[in-house]
Amino acid sequence: MTTKLMGTGVQRVEDQRLLRGHGRYADDVAVDASTLHCAVLRSPHAHARIVDIDVADVLDVDGVHAVWTYDDLTGPMAEPLPLLIPHPALTHGRTQYALAKDEVNYVGEAIAFVVADDRYVAEDAVGRIRVSYDLLPPVVGIEAARAADRLVHDDVPGNVGARMEQSTGDVEAALAASPRRLTLDLDVERSACMPLEGRGTVARWDPDIDRLQVWSSTQTATGVRAVVAVKLGLDLRQVDVITPDVGGGFGVKINHPWPEELLVPLAARTLGRTVKFTEDRREHFISSAHERGQVQHIEVGFDDDGRLLALDVMFWHDHGAYSPYGLIVPIITSTQLLGPYKPEVYRVVFESLYTNTVMVTPYRGAGRPQGCYAMERAMDAIAAELGKDRTEVRAANFIQPDEFPFEQGLVFQDGRELTYDSGDYPASLEKIKALIGWDDFPAYRAEMAAQGRRVGIGLACYVEGTGVGPYEGAHVHVETSGKVKVATGLTTQGQGHATVFAQLVADELGCRFEDVEVVTGDTRRMPYAVGTFASRAAVMSGSAIHLAARKAKQKALKIAAEALEASPDDLQIVDGVVSVKGSPGSAIDLGTVAVLSNPLRYAFDEASKAATQFTVGDASKPPVAEDEEPGLEGTDFYSPERSTFASGMHAVIVETDPLTAEITVLKYAVVHDCGKLINPTIVEGQIHGGVAQGVGGALYERMVYDESGQLLNASFMDFLMPYVTEVPDGIDIDHLETPSPLNPLGIKGAGEAGVIPSAAVFASAIEDAEGLTSTGLAITAMPISPSDLFHLRLAHAEETS
Amino acid sequence: MSESLLDVRLSVNGVLHELRLPARRLLSDALRHDLCLTGTHVGCEHGVCGACTVLADGRPVRACLMFAVSAVGLELTTVEGLADDDGTLSNVQQAFVECHGLQCGFCTPGFLTTITAGLRENPQPTHEEARDMIAGNLCRCTGYQNIVKAVERAAELGAQQEVEGS
Repeated sequence: MTTKLMGTGVQRVEDQRLLRGHGRYADDVAVDASTLHCAVLRSPHAHARIVDIDVADVLDVDGVHAVWTYDDLTGPMAEPLPLLIPHPALTHGRTQYALAKDEVNYVGEAIAFVVADDRYVAEDAVGRIRVSYDLLPPVVGIEAARAADRLVHDDVPGNVGARMEQSTGDVEAALAASPRRLTLDLDVERSACMPLEGRGTVARWDPDIDRLQVWSSTQTATGVRAVVAVKLGLDLRQVDVITPDVGGGFGVKINHPWPEELLVPLAARTLGRTVKFTEDRREHFISSAHERGQVQHIEVGFDDDGRLLALDVMFWHDHGAYSPYGLIVPIITSTQLLGPYKPEVYRVVFESLYTNTVMVTPYRGAGRPQGCYAMERAMDAIAAELGKDRTEVRAANFIQPDEFPFEQGLVFQDGRELTYDSGDYPASLEKIKALIGWDDFPAYRAEMAAQGRRVGIGLACYVEGTGVGPYEGAHVHVETSGKVKVATGLTTQGQGHATVFAQLVADELGCRFEDVEVVTGDTRRMPYAVGTFASRAAVMSGSAIHLAARKAKQKALKIAAEALEASPDDLQIVDGVVSVKGSPGSAIDLGTVAVLSNPLRYAFDEASKAATQFTVGDASKPPVAEDEEPGLEGTDFYSPERSTFASGMHAVIVETDPLTAEITVLKYAVVHDCGKLINPTIVEGQIHGGVAQGVGGALYERMVYDESGQLLNASFMDFLMPYVTEVPDGIDIDHLETPSPLNPLGIKGAGEAGVIPSAAVFASAIEDAEGLTSTGLAITAMPISPSDLFHLRLAHAEETS
Repeated sequence: MSESLLDVRLSVNGVLHELRLPARRLLSDALRHDLCLTGTHVGCEHGVCGACTVLADGRPVRACLMFAVSAVGLELTTVEGLADDDGTLSNVQQAFVECHGLQCGFCTPGFLTTITAGLRENPQPTHEEARDMIAGNLCRCTGYQNIVKAVERAAELGAQQEVEGS
């Protein structure tokens, strides 16, 4: 009997290719001398009117094939890019044009597009384009946006794209009635996904079949396909989008279409040549999206046990120059801020603001790190105020295991009620305390203090809505060779989908794991799909694949039952062989079942002889039964009524240098509950990566814009992403498995969790190390560098002297 | 006006290639676009991320910081040249499989070449030395945890082979 693969750390099937240098990323597609390459002229100014663009010198450059500016665009291409996620509260949504029309609103905005023999020549040509600008005063940062003495868009008063409010009761009355109250003002800097591979798109127009093929480094192949068809005036059937290997996404590649995702196909069709755009690193910094970036004001009312009686939050979200991705990030902040807690009354108001900086769209965590930071800072402040242990205050506010499903009384990012499906937060807390050594820490602190060393401990809790809709689908096809070909439409950026989905198929269908091949993000294989974001791939496509495999299995059993003259109930499928339980001699392999499933007129090999119409079936019945289809296949879709809520807790012990304020991580622990695990090795890999990005966000990474809107640190030399030297040496992980009742496998998403509590947990631990808690909240802005901490110490010393 | 081209002979993974290239052609681009060896990846083009690391006479170099013409006379090894001729993965590659040392795989070729050179110089690194060996390469997916394990596992595989071979 084959053992179940679900829950085992199967080695990845993707690795062989990738380790041999045989991966195929966007820039690896169509590597031949006939492919044309592009370069983009980008705005050097944060805010300006375009007076004139002179491209006369460009076409003199040997090897240049074409140049586009806005004036060359026609029809839908000349319209603004789509506002992907409209929302009633987004009263002033604005999107850019594929190439700037009249005005530029951030440094990096695309103005002209050059196609040439190679990238070097294309960049030479870009250097010859002359643009004259009338400079306008830029709006940089949340403070400037709120002041609104300058506007990003003339027709957006106050720079406010959206104002949204949700509440669960009369928060002002609840605050007034609370025996204790605190106010917090917090700040989170901008950061960005920074996948090691930037954006890239390749397109080829095939005049023989009147069809466009597009490869794009994207998190949504179907999304790109739909918009390319609309913008180029093609039928959907004329556009194929193939997602090649993608060198990391983390959110930035879910936004679409990027200007180049339209301009490359346009150029390919216009020129009749294969055309490629590969973004370079500086372009990625200045023209691909950022995230984080909020200012928060929190008022909280509580009792002597630390119970939350009223929570009133106002925050300002910097969404950059345009708002193509709607309000997803601030809506997630405003709802997921609640974490595992149940304040009696909650009100949240946010304003999503325009600034003359590159747009803001989801980055792993997608607004949750900001929300978690707000909530957990409040928890720490309450504990300090009451002189209570930080874990006690949290425990006093947890939703209890018997309270699920738990209604938070808010509307989530998917337009559905914010209803937690399952969880066990008290159990998680016990696990994280044990894992980090919470109760033993005072002794450790004393021991370290005796050596003149400062250490601190912190923890933070989160809940993550994962697996948002609307749906994903899957197609499972058993070929006559017995090989099983599986397709799902969402895309892969390193999560090991080809492995985990094959595990699910092998388990459900009963075939050999090695016989399963999974394709993701290819619209030719699965045209109905949404995309990879919101920790949804395992939940959505995993469930769809499980259901599709079940359908294929049911069909296999039906056909095999007829062939073996047995009841389907008496059959089993093990290692790709259908047999009668208890009589192994009576068996037929899945490949043969596939042959029988497809009645043939023409035999083409030995196996198919068995399927010709003279050898198969009952002559008195139609060869393909009513309500049946030829082929051993299963297609199914999974569309849940709402998201499933994963949860977890992180804890960290840090050391701060008394002289230099250097911050060192001594121990990092994670308790993670993503329901049933498919592949623990892969889930832990996701946590490792999330934690490293979280360390970056908490201690190092910030986008440094000057007052004129220039991004001063737009390189890997100046934007400090963690190397191995900056991440914890070892991350202790413990899993809790609270199954989701919403899907057949009981799974919840795992992709983003590692990064959510980082700013909160580091703020908590550093504050603890510094002994600053007794004076109230000391750390209010993240990330915190040694220099920031040093200045905080100075300010604190002045205050207390 | 067309760019003037130079004759460039590059020896890559034991094969000699005759190319005509402009002087400004980066080694990374020559490998990828002219020789179609797309396993070498370009992550930053300013020498920080290490994804484009190849071996030149056995020493790790950043192919994005070198002109192709500067590589004349050097024996270059790219990720495509790490496995044995019969397709058997090298110890470093095998260790990455066993330790889940990669996710998206984009930075991986640079780690593989870097560690290959590192273990040649120091076949039995301590834990600290294993971390130090990869401290010049960026990875955004793995948090480095399993890459460090892979360095240590590759060293272990190497030690086993020493024993078997002796």
